[in-house]
Amino acid sequence: MINRHTLRACLALFLLVAGPLAMAQGGLTIEIPKGNSAAQPIAVVPFGFEGAGLPPDTDVGAVVSADLARSGKFFTLAKQDIIEFPTREGDVKFATWRMLKQDYLVVGRIADASEGALRVEFELFDVARQSRILGLSISGQRSDLRGVAHQIADLVYEKILGERGAFWTRIAYVTSTGLGQNTNYALMVADSDGFNPQTVVRSREPLLSPAWSPDGRRLAYVSFERGNSAIYIQDLSTGSRELVSSSRGINGGPAFSPDGTRLALTLSESGNPEIYVLDLASKRKTKLTTHYAIDVEAVWAADGRSIIFTSDRSGKPQLYSMSSGGGEATRLTFQGQYNARASICCDGKKIAMAQGNGNVYRISVLDRATNGYSEISTGNVDESPSFAPNGSMVLYAATEGPRGVLYVVSADGRVRQRLVLAEGDVREPAWGPFRQR
Amino acid sequence: MNNTVRILAAVMLVAGVAACKKKVVQPDPTPSTPTSTATTDSAPSTGRYQKGDLDTDACLRQRVVYFDLDRTEIKGEFQAQISCHAEYLRQFPEARVTLEGHADERGTREYNLGLGERRGNAVSSALGGAGASSSQLNVVSYGEERPVDRGHDESAWSKNRRVEIVYTAN
Repeated sequence: MINRHTLRACLALFLLVAGPLAMAQGGLTIEIPKGNSAAQPIAVVPFGFEGAGLPPDTDVGAVVSADLARSGKFFTLAKQDIIEFPTREGDVKFATWRMLKQDYLVVGRIADASEGALRVEFELFDVARQSRILGLSISGQRSDLRGVAHQIADLVYEKILGERGAFWTRIAYVTSTGLGQNTNYALMVADSDGFNPQTVVRSREPLLSPAWSPDGRRLAYVSFERGNSAIYIQDLSTGSRELVSSSRGINGGPAFSPDGTRLALTLSESGNPEIYVLDLASKRKTKLTTHYAIDVEAVWAADGRSIIFTSDRSGKPQLYSMSSGGGEATRLTFQGQYNARASICCDGKKIAMAQGNGNVYRISVLDRATNGYSEISTGNVDESPSFAPNGSMVLYAATEGPRGVLYVVSADGRVRQRLVLAEGDVREPAWGPFRQR
Repeated sequence: MNNTVRILAAVMLVAGVAACKKKVVQPDPTPSTPTSTATTDSAPSTGRYQKGDLDTDACLRQRVVYFDLDRTEIKGEFQAQISCHAEYLRQFPEARVTLEGHADERGTREYNLGLGERRGNAVSSALGGAGASSSQLNVVSYGEERPVDRGHDESAWSKNRRVEIVYTAN
């Protein structure tokens, strides 16, 4: 199954990634346990530096290459196999790249822009047709060259595959370090490749269930810092935060409506967990469910008209759908003993969930058109699936040995990558929305 | 030892509730030598328990109720524990407990918050049914967030599926 090509690609990936990750310092390490024979070969030549002063620390070409490889849809050519270093169309000899069996080629160069910024120009070529199919430039500060590189990767991805790339996005997750009374929790935000981890909030009490606002500027989350669960909304740029729910009992599972004006949440103030919708401007609460079962983990359909939630009203947890205005709930899942924590993608055509059978919990994706399930994870305690905004990948939490780790898997389940925090336990991942330039 | 502490506690009760509370929090580190005054005073108790019994009584010192997988029923072996805490709460109306509900790691964190609360509610109902007042009982669910054993097998899970009875006032 694994041919030499695959092995070489995996090794190349490892080498490409191993360099930058030494600098990650507490970031996430990328490991790729499986290759993918359907991927397209692409070479990203190291970008030339044509500015004054020192070249930037960020190897833009390497970041672009690692992104494309992580998607599972490309094989990237290993750096040591690159024998020519064109930086613009006039330098490209297509015969060389044909000989190296590359379908696509990316070259680029970095020059000075105004006010200390850098301008990164790049070109994408179809090797077989010997033609340039994309040529653009993106400017950014030296400190944000990784961000520029992720945007380039998105544009290359979109040009070749016809769907928007999701590399220039962020992920949120919770870490815990220490044991017992000395456990420290942190809500973190990082780039989609795990770099640039930043602490949003630290706590001595548990944190969970981060949820992105649709504009990517705020996170809602659950904190136990008041001695009971409570829901906060925090602005990521200013750090200011608002306590939006601290009712008696459980305050859990926040989820922003697609227009950002409402928050679905779980409250047990009536005696057992029910789904509510909170209007963020008026603070008016609407109770959606009324059932003695545990009703939790509401998520919104893209049009905001319905929600999907977890309920054990049939005995074990299963997914249900209902109008976001209330009414009857319809059961969606009938396969698997335990189905919970839905993540919706692709206009509701697919639903990822944590599916439990016996003691094994894995991520499964339900295709609403065929009603078929595909298992896309391989662990025993896998949970919290979260689709990338373009639906191409799913981020989820797994347990390996004593600690929690994060995985990114292609939506078809064929390519998995592990994101590992150097220290402690990582869990509760949530993939943020597309960012606006 | 047990009797000595009980008698000392009785003496402190007579001396006054405020002083007693302080001393319950920080008990005399050397109560092992009985004094003649302690043995001559008798406790003015109207029930089974004295305040100090929380730290000394074999039954009241049991503060954890364990549950079977996915279950919220209180097993027979914990009935005695429920009864003695209910009796203590009945006897001391100013006492307060928080029932901290917990689940094992299997399943999702938010669902497990619900499961932990169900278990906390089960213990709360049982204590209420046996004599405690609802105003004395508070339930907080931590779901799977605070395991006592971080292992990934039934031996760890069975220790984590629990309700802890935590006195916030006695």
